[in-house]
Amino acid sequence: MFEMPIINQDLCNGCGLCVMVCPEDALTLAGNTVWLTRTENCDYCGECEAVCLPGAIQCPFEIVVESYYKYI
Amino acid sequence: MTVELDALRSIPYFEGLSQAELEAVRQLVFEKTADRNEVILLEGDPPGAIYFVMSGALKAFKTSPEGKEQILCILRPGDSFNDVAAFDGGPNPASVRAMSPVRLYGIAGPDMHDLMRRYPTIAINVVRDLAQKVRHFVTLVEDLSFRHVTERVARLLLEYATEPEGTEGGTRPRLTQQEMAAMVGSAREVVGRSLKALEEEGAIRMERHRIAIVDKETLKELASGEV
Repeated sequence: MFEMPIINQDLCNGCGLCVMVCPEDALTLAGNTVWLTRTENCDYCGECEAVCLPGAIQCPFEIVVESYYKYI
Repeated sequence: MTVELDALRSIPYFEGLSQAELEAVRQLVFEKTADRNEVILLEGDPPGAIYFVMSGALKAFKTSPEGKEQILCILRPGDSFNDVAAFDGGPNPASVRAMSPVRLYGIAGPDMHDLMRRYPTIAINVVRDLAQKVRHFVTLVEDLSFRHVTERVARLLLEYATEPEGTEGGTRPRLTQQEMAAMVGSAREVVGRSLKALEEEGAIRMERHRIAIVDKETLKELASGEV
């Protein structure tokens, strides 16, 4: 299963910049907040996180050692 | 396309102007639109207009001779760019590319000079705005030239890597690039470049939501500044 950006709708100010910069058209603005509506499109590029001033979108990374990661 | 007074009022350079003064500004403003990935300015080109972001987002960046890109800042609605070239008459100091469809307002450099002479409020606003930009870039210069951010990012990755059970470490929280920047005392833009550098050295591999340490010894050497 693919990890998806984490959206905190309480922090979202509805500016819509993330929707505009998303190169894969994965986000939608509805009810003055952002929603990840086309998850299959999201390639986790982080552009949405980069432009979000209130920090409502996060694209966190898991940090793993390859030798361990191979077996999970 | 009409330049709106309310939109002009939202631009920091034009805060505090009267209706009549804003109307005078409006006479000199033009509108420009661009699509995602369109390059608005190229580093080294002759100076043109000052631009104000009305909608959308853009990246200001410099490119090294090897083609590496260093993002200087992300420009959002209300921000201006190309001020430096328009004010000092030199070439554009950086390139700017649209991250989304964008709508911009622009004013030719000589027109902006004229407005500042006529309306001191604008000149004061410009000085304040440029001072904030200088502050941002001084921090960036410090990061890029004096601090070894890549070393610190390498150390952070070693510290935060999830290790096999029964060994040091254990499960660690996932980190955003913003959080990594805060933890190493740098900017998100610099951390992004450091991660790319570590990947080019073969120490890590960037995956969708995972940073895999593929060569721990090399990463340790990079963390100690030995490479």
